[in-house]
Amino acid sequence: MSGTTIDHVARATPPKVARRIKGLSDRAIAWIFVAPTIFLLLAINIFPLLWTIYLSFTNYRANRPNAEVKWIGTRNYERILGDADIWLTMQATAHFLFWTLVLQVLIGFALAWLINQKFKGNDLWTTIIVLPMMLSPAVVGNFWTFLYQPQIGLFNYVVAFFTGADPTSFTMIGDVSLAPWAIVIVDTWMWTPFVMLICLAGLRSIPESIYEAAECDRASKWRQFWTITVPMVLPFLMLAVLFRGIENFKMFDLVVQLTGGGPGNTTTLTSIDLKREAFEKWRTGYSSAYAIILFVTVFGLASIYVKALNKVKER
Amino acid sequence: MSGYSVTEPSSTQKWVAGVLVIGYALITLMPLLWILATGFKSSADSIAYPPKVTFQPTLEGYVNLFTTQTRQTPEYLDAHPPQTWYEEIVHDKGMVIAGPSRFGERFMNSVIIGFGSTFLSVFLGTLAAYAFSRYRIPLKDDLLFFILSTRMMPPIAVAIPIFLMFRNLGLSDTHTGMILLYTAVNLSLSVWLLKGFIDEIPREYEEAALIDGYTRFQAFTKVVLPQAATGIAATAIFCLIFAWNEYAFAVLLTSGTAQTAPPFIPTIIGNGGQDWPAVAAGATLFLLPVMVFTILLRKHLLRGITFGAVRK
Repeated sequence: MSGTTIDHVARATPPKVARRIKGLSDRAIAWIFVAPTIFLLLAINIFPLLWTIYLSFTNYRANRPNAEVKWIGTRNYERILGDADIWLTMQATAHFLFWTLVLQVLIGFALAWLINQKFKGNDLWTTIIVLPMMLSPAVVGNFWTFLYQPQIGLFNYVVAFFTGADPTSFTMIGDVSLAPWAIVIVDTWMWTPFVMLICLAGLRSIPESIYEAAECDRASKWRQFWTITVPMVLPFLMLAVLFRGIENFKMFDLVVQLTGGGPGNTTTLTSIDLKREAFEKWRTGYSSAYAIILFVTVFGLASIYVKALNKVKER
Repeated sequence: MSGYSVTEPSSTQKWVAGVLVIGYALITLMPLLWILATGFKSSADSIAYPPKVTFQPTLEGYVNLFTTQTRQTPEYLDAHPPQTWYEEIVHDKGMVIAGPSRFGERFMNSVIIGFGSTFLSVFLGTLAAYAFSRYRIPLKDDLLFFILSTRMMPPIAVAIPIFLMFRNLGLSDTHTGMILLYTAVNLSLSVWLLKGFIDEIPREYEEAALIDGYTRFQAFTKVVLPQAATGIAATAIFCLIFAWNEYAFAVLLTSGTAQTAPPFIPTIIGNGGQDWPAVAAGATLFLLPVMVFTILLRKHLLRGITFGAVRK
């Protein structure tokens, strides 16, 4: 599973022929240089992960540190996988994941293609489009709740202005059917530039000679687009989808500030649900199992995806 | 126009592309401009319908952001006329300033934790990246992949054991704890980015230095580091932006002393509901440095974002 992922990673950084440099001091330097990083990652990433695995088999509650900790086997896992509410949050996450990816890929690719037409001043406008993704999702998400206000919000006013609807007739974050779209809109606003930048890098990596050859063969622009541009950008696009997919599966800050998971549980993404279990209900053992299940899901999906990505690259 | 090229888009095509991209950019910019504008509105203007595009600018939001206020009787207000412009703004609402708010403190926490963790993760990351780039390290690919995979965990999942660990070590709600945590999170990015930059520096430079009688370590500090300076700077900015924007760990692991600005700004409330001009003022002060940075350093930053994809 991880073998192909490493292959993929290794392909991204072609190994240079390592030259043998002899001497103990070199080896010492290598270890002195690497050790602090490894140590810190072990202390703050791996040790906690192992601890989480242990806790996931217990009934530990962090708000009762003195209570007896009992080993309860896989009961936490059974309870989570059998819980209908968890599947609802998974559905909310899937909806969020699917639509943000679709919209960001379509808009991001279109923007990259337009920017690649090299009109005057394109780099300044690219930077302006990139601005939202550099900002704090929590702070921005909080402000979007103001934009989404039905009476006074800019978003409702603009929508009303263009559609003629009454701006007070809909509340983006208070309505069960609209709230899932409210978070999709803000995430798309924020992260489309990321997909755009990666597509742009892909477009710029296509050698001009290929288009010149196609032109000699009298291939139409339309045909050139579908037979050269799209296939050459596809690996980049898929990589962008991988990064965005992982990030949005972990999504917490933006959505918790926007909707807090509501109304009801319509926008309760898995991370928000996990936060409630772990830090509001203090079911530490249970939420540890939940965390492990999420991690395995991300890791598994990402591995399958990377395999598909490698196949596309080989073509 | 220099020379005809078959791949050069026609001028009509460029014109249409330009209009569409600029149109999108302006739409994208609207929420950000709205934050900026709301910060200078009076509270009545901020909640007016229809939303006000032109208004009488006031610093009320900024004064509310930095101070706490209490309501006073007209007699008291008459007896204590305002001394400064900001006291006057508060005075006009029938209030007096009771003291500074916590915003300054939270902002400073963001600065301390942001720069502290950036320094550490770039320092450690440069060392590790150099070793990974130049030496044979057993299980190198596995180690590098392990370093990268630490970013796949949802922050909330990581926060559960970190919360317990920090509680036992007395690191909860401390600057040290948050600096260490952000350093660990940023290290993976920093090692990967920096390894790419150092890989691009030809080994011949160091070898020449070694022949000239430099030690390995001198070759590293006097030859490699200056060459990698741009890459190190770009990496530092990414680490800083991550630490600056981070919310999940901050909201779970800090409450009083070490709380940063992102969990604080959404909690700014006035009389009855959120005080939007004050929230917008705080957001402006918090977001503006990042925007200015992004525009000034766009060449390096944009390269960094696409880094994983561009390197072949």
